[in-house]
Parts: sequence; structure tokens; C-alpha cells
Amino acid sequence: MAADPIQQFALKKIFTIGHIGGQEIAFTNSSAYMFLSVAVISLLMLGTGRQLIPGRMQSVAELSYEFVASTIRSTAGSEGMKFFPLVFSLFMFICISNVIGVIPYTFTVSSHLIVTFGLAVLVFLIVVFYGFYKNGLKFFKLFVPSGVPLYILPLVVVVEVISFFLKPVSHSVRLFANMLAGHIALKVFASFVGMLGAIGFIGWVGAVLPLGLTVALTALELLVAFLQAYVFTILTCIYLNDAIHPGH
Amino acid sequence: MATTAQTAADGGQKAPFPPFQTETYASQLVSLLIAFVALYLIVSRIALPRVGKTIDDRQAAIEGDLAAAQKLKDESDNALKAYESELAAARSRAQAIGAETREKLNAASEAERKALEDKLSVKLAEAEKTIASTRETAMSNVHGIAAEAATAIVQRLTGVVPDGKAVSSAVDASLKG
Repeated sequence: MAADPIQQFALKKIFTIGHIGGQEIAFTNSSAYMFLSVAVISLLMLGTGRQLIPGRMQSVAELSYEFVASTIRSTAGSEGMKFFPLVFSLFMFICISNVIGVIPYTFTVSSHLIVTFGLAVLVFLIVVFYGFYKNGLKFFKLFVPSGVPLYILPLVVVVEVISFFLKPVSHSVRLFANMLAGHIALKVFASFVGMLGAIGFIGWVGAVLPLGLTVALTALELLVAFLQAYVFTILTCIYLNDAIHPGH
Repeated sequence: MATTAQTAADGGQKAPFPPFQTETYASQLVSLLIAFVALYLIVSRIALPRVGKTIDDRQAAIEGDLAAAQKLKDESDNALKAYESELAAARSRAQAIGAETREKLNAASEAERKALEDKLSVKLAEAEKTIASTRETAMSNVHGIAAEAATAIVQRLTGVVPDGKAVSSAVDASLKG
């Protein structure tokens, strides 16, 4: 095991798919974990029976369905259910790939900024296009909060526009930074165990503390894995709500 | 230019920070696009309708069962109500029959009693009449006997046979006396 805590994020090429404009498109370990996540989600949602009285895995599938559905309804209203497949895909993709990433020796897809940024930009583009498609020019009301005195309105509009365009950045960096930092912390504490253990008997005793911390951090990471997926989902719902009902 | 540096750290070189290696971005975005579109299609076309239908079916089954249970409960409530009202009706009918029978019997016994009393009073009157006539006869007999006795006594005492008329009036006076 390398002690470098950054190494776990390295992309390893498995084979080359092709070239786009001179840029090599490779199938990497990240790609493999993306498809693994898709496979796990498909297995969970499709392979778990349709009994009247659900079994455990069927319950998990139905719970995730109802969890996402109620999240959308409570933040974007029943009109937001149009985006249910999208929001469900986002939530499950992030949640499952994060949870897979907690398993030692695996790769965490969302620890790469480009992946989370890709998802955030997808949400952003859908918000912009759906917002103009549904509301036309009224969508600009999003930048003009009602009940603001006229003399500070220009300033508020500028702030609103900037914050609107920064949304995909904060949306993606939040998930990326959480996953990255968590995995680095985990790796740092875990490497302490190895380093102390190499010293000898006293090192073994000293290694107990970082080992316990690693266990505790793993539990915390499991929580963060779910929580960040949920945060990403709920922010998606809030942005979609902006597109459905612009004007604060 | 085909970039071959997909891997971050081979060898002990100071590796660049993998998430900021821009030459990997295109590969990751392509993979993400394929994976996410596949996931979206699976989820929107197959998984969500299936799970949603299962949940709806269950909801419908639960609601149907509850409605059936409610219907059965209503039926049993109605049956109980019908039973109770029938019981009450039967009880009042029984009471009416009892009262009627009692009245009838009372009336019959009253009539019988009256007839008996009438008969008895007729007999009583007859008996009283007989007693009165017997008594009168007895009283007239007493008069004769008393007169004879008085005549005999006077004859014995005085040796003279008294006048019948005088004796009779004397007896009358003493009987009245």
C-alpha cells in the first residue's frame, strides 16, 4: 500500500475507446465504477421482486423511490414530479457510487471535480432551458426579487445573476470537496496504523488510536456518502423549483 | 495529440493532483455521459414505472381490503341493529299478549264471581223468607201454648175455667211486653 493519500484518486487507463479531436478517450477505473454503480442500481431497482408484501431488497428499492418522490414534492411541488426520473437517477447514481467508494481499495467517482461538475452543469442547463421553455421571459423574474426598494434593486439583480451562475460551481464543489476530503482523512489515519505498526510492539499499542479513528471515520464517511447525495438532490430540487416557479 | 498520461503516478515522480489533471476530463465526461444516460433510460423507462406500479398496487390492495372490511362491519352493524329492533318488537308483543290475557282472565273471573254472588244472594233471601215464616208460625204456636198453659194454671189455682178471650189478650200483652 502506498502511503500517499492522493494515490487513491489516480485514474488508471484500462483500454482506449477512441479519440475525439486528438484527445484520447479512455475507459478508466472511474468509468468501470460508474458502470458498476449503474449495474448495482439496476439490480436493486429491477431484480428485487414485485411482491405485495416486500422483502428486504424490495423495501430498499421502494423506500428510495418514495424518499426521492417525497423530497421532490416537498421542495418543488407536485409539478416537480416531471423531473422524478432525472432526480432519482442523480440521487441513486451519487449515493450508490459514494457508498461503493467507502469500501476500501475502491474508487470514488464523485471525488473528481469534473464528474460532479458535469452533473451540476446538467442540472443547470435543464433549469435554464426548462425555465425559459415554461415561463418565457418571465423566467428573468428569478433575478428580480419582489419587494426590494428600487434604489438597491440593480445591486440585488447583479448579486442574483452572479449567484445564479455560480450555482453549478457550488453545487459541484460541495460534493467533490466532501468526498475528496473524507477519503484523504480516512487514508491519512489508516496510513498511521501501518507506519506505527512498523515500529514494533510500542507502535502496535500506539496504532490502536488511529485504527479506532479509521473505523469511526468509515462510519462517518458512510453517513457523508448518503448525506452529500441527499444534499445534491435537494439542491437540484430547489433549482428545479426556481425553474418551475420563478420569482421569489 | 493522444495523451497517454491517463494514470497519475507511475513511478516515484511528484504526481499531479488527479482531480485537476485536465487531460483526463474528456474521458471521464464521456464515461459519465454514457453511464448516466444508460441509468436515466433504465430508471425512467423500466425501474420507476415498475416500482411505482408495485407501490400503487399495494396501496390499492390495502384500500380495497379496508373498504371490504368497512363494508362487512357495516353489514354486521346493520344485522345487530335489526336483531335488536326485532328483539324489542317481540318483547313488546309478548308484553301486550300477557296484558291482554290477564285482562281477559280478570274479566272472566269477575263475571263468574258476580254470577255466584247473585245466586247466593237469591238463596239468602229465600232462606231469610223461610226463616221469617217459620218464626211467625212458631210465634203463633207459642201464643196457643201459652194460652193453654195459662188456662190450665188458672184452673188449677182457682178452679175456675177462665174466659178464653181474656186469656188470649193477656197472653198477647205479655208476649208484647
